[in-house]
Amino acid sequence: MVNYSYIALVLIIPLAVFIITGLFGKRFQSFSGILGTAGMLAAACLSYYAAYQYFILGSRGADCAWPTIIALKQTWLQFSPNLRIEMGIMVDSISVMMLVVVTTVSLMVHLYSISYMHGEERFSTYYSFLSLFSFSMLGLVISTNIFQMYMFWELVGVSSFLLVGFYFTKPSAVAAAKKAFIVTRFADLGFLAGILILSFYSESLDFQTIIHRMMDYNGSIFLAANSASFMGASALTWALCLIFIGGAGKSAMFPLHIWLPDAMEGPTPVSALIHAATMVVAGVFLVARLFPVYSQIPAALDVVMYVGAFTSLFAAIIACTQTDIKRVLAYSTISQIGYMMFGLGVSGYWGDKALGFSGSMFHLFTHAMFKALLFLGAGAVIHFIHSNEMGDMGGLRKKMPLTNIVFLVACLAISGIPPFSGFFSKEEILTAAFNHNKLIYAMGLVTAAITAFYMFRLYFSIFWNKPASEAGGHADAHSHGEAPVTMKIPLVFLCLATLVSGFIPFNEFVTAFDKLEVEFHLPLAIAAVSAGAIGIIIATILYLKPSTMPDKIAATLGSIYQSAHRKFYVDELYLFITQKVVFNLISAPAAWFDRNVVDGMMNLIADVTENFSDEVKTFQSGKISGYVMWFFAGAILLSILIVYVL
Amino acid sequence: MSEMKFILLISFALFFIGVYGFLTRRNMITMLMAVELMLNAVNINFIVFNKFLYAEKMDGLFFTIFIITIAAAEAAVAIAIIINLYRKFNSINENEIDTLKW
Repeated sequence: MVNYSYIALVLIIPLAVFIITGLFGKRFQSFSGILGTAGMLAAACLSYYAAYQYFILGSRGADCAWPTIIALKQTWLQFSPNLRIEMGIMVDSISVMMLVVVTTVSLMVHLYSISYMHGEERFSTYYSFLSLFSFSMLGLVISTNIFQMYMFWELVGVSSFLLVGFYFTKPSAVAAAKKAFIVTRFADLGFLAGILILSFYSESLDFQTIIHRMMDYNGSIFLAANSASFMGASALTWALCLIFIGGAGKSAMFPLHIWLPDAMEGPTPVSALIHAATMVVAGVFLVARLFPVYSQIPAALDVVMYVGAFTSLFAAIIACTQTDIKRVLAYSTISQIGYMMFGLGVSGYWGDKALGFSGSMFHLFTHAMFKALLFLGAGAVIHFIHSNEMGDMGGLRKKMPLTNIVFLVACLAISGIPPFSGFFSKEEILTAAFNHNKLIYAMGLVTAAITAFYMFRLYFSIFWNKPASEAGGHADAHSHGEAPVTMKIPLVFLCLATLVSGFIPFNEFVTAFDKLEVEFHLPLAIAAVSAGAIGIIIATILYLKPSTMPDKIAATLGSIYQSAHRKFYVDELYLFITQKVVFNLISAPAAWFDRNVVDGMMNLIADVTENFSDEVKTFQSGKISGYVMWFFAGAILLSILIVYVL
Repeated sequence: MSEMKFILLISFALFFIGVYGFLTRRNMITMLMAVELMLNAVNINFIVFNKFLYAEKMDGLFFTIFIITIAAAEAAVAIAIIINLYRKFNSINENEIDTLKW
């Protein structure tokens, strides 16, 4: 058995950096950036080594599955002999893959932020939050039990809250941070309920034990969980659906997606790290982690599939109408995570059926790279232009040649054009969907075309559309060059990763259970690529040169365009439900009851006591003659009693 | 028996003169004197009951002497208190001294 306990260092380093920069960072502002980057570099090297050791030096077990190794396990809380909560490190194919993804993107973002956040007053605070986030995210992916995962799950939520609200003097940032926190917290309620139901039936919190017990078709535990019925579905189905609600909240699935576009109020590198590459895929990771259990319950998996497919199409349509470049990217992220979700939904567990699972994990990997690249590229553009609006951009290809190239590569990758990485992963998901459910396949294909369209709409609006000489409308945009070198290195690195990662034989490494033989379906590949190509061509016609056609089309579509532009009124619906329905029907009566009945009872008791004591205290006047009067009255009364009554 | 009744009436009158004085006077010295009146009324009662009912015993006489001794001590303490109150409030008027309620 190989020793993997050094993976603990991958967690401890960011935690140490968080504590150091958090406590002492104020004194060494610029040093905290270097410290954070160096720490992340060490963590990244360790996780690369872990991946090397696991995938290259290690091998599949006798049952053709990658081994699951518990590298460390420590009992943390012992409530009773049966109920204990452990902390540990679980090494299996998806957790090693996530370690690589998280540390890579985090390292790039740390490096990028040195110049992007330069001169910021709370520079060291920013770095300590980044380290806190990295620590929690890494802790989440290596969790051995569901409770440990839940803890780190909340920690990433907190770090996301802190970083979205980083510019806390801006009211919109504060509102966005609150929204992100409340929406995900609300979803986590479902997650917690799911954990409780699942661990109640499986009598364990440990992932391996849960999976082992739930995979046992004839075991009493599985039968008990599957036969206990509540409102037409088994307890296990409920548990999995509730856990999926938690995942959907973090991963911004419809209808809990509303927080992610607003979360773009945070600094752009944060959006790249948290809201594109790592934290938002935690929901996908959660479903993947419990995938063996999900695969037992087709109904729960169907929920995952339909929610994922609908979200991907829904968000793609909204993305076409947004004008803030970060919001376009945010909706594109939602759409791509929807892809991963329905990739899991169409997957099976054994053998070749597990194509969807591998494809989903593959897409998670490639998406992390190219979406982080897109965000960092967008960050460079925003840094140069000092604006988020597409209208202020255009014709930047001469001014920002490097950003132009990397952005183009990332756009081609997300559009699924070979040989860029997105093609391979999307192709796998679509093939799996084709084999499982034609409707989902059609939705995926349409989404692919729309994705290509809005990404190239974005690309052309930033880098073409206007003559190069008119680029950069603001005068101060020319004061500095394209980007400092610490911003260019991450762009180049992620660009290379985007180019190369498609060729990783991912199905060898990450599968649901055993070996996966993939046949290459040429017609399906042609369909997917041509869908992407159609999107790109339409975008080229409309946006390569300045033209009035987009406005005309928008005018023709009228109300459809309007509703997509207003994000299909989901935010308004939420406002209506929370402010009108919930407030008027629940909160207002509850407040009335509280004010009048609960408070009223307390006030009544207080009033009675007060009035009574007001009466009583006049006896104690401090006037001796008064006391004497009462004394004599009492004495006379007593003597009358004694003489005549007793 | 009528002799005893007369003397008891005197002590009854003396006692209620003391009560009346204690309730109506505001000067503390006067109030102290009223208390002494009441004590003496009680003393007379002791003597009378001893003399007319239990002439062979001496208990009532002893009690009376005892009470007179205590009353002397009590008067000394009371006057000391009154002097201290005067220093604090600059008055020995019972109306003005109402801090006892705290």
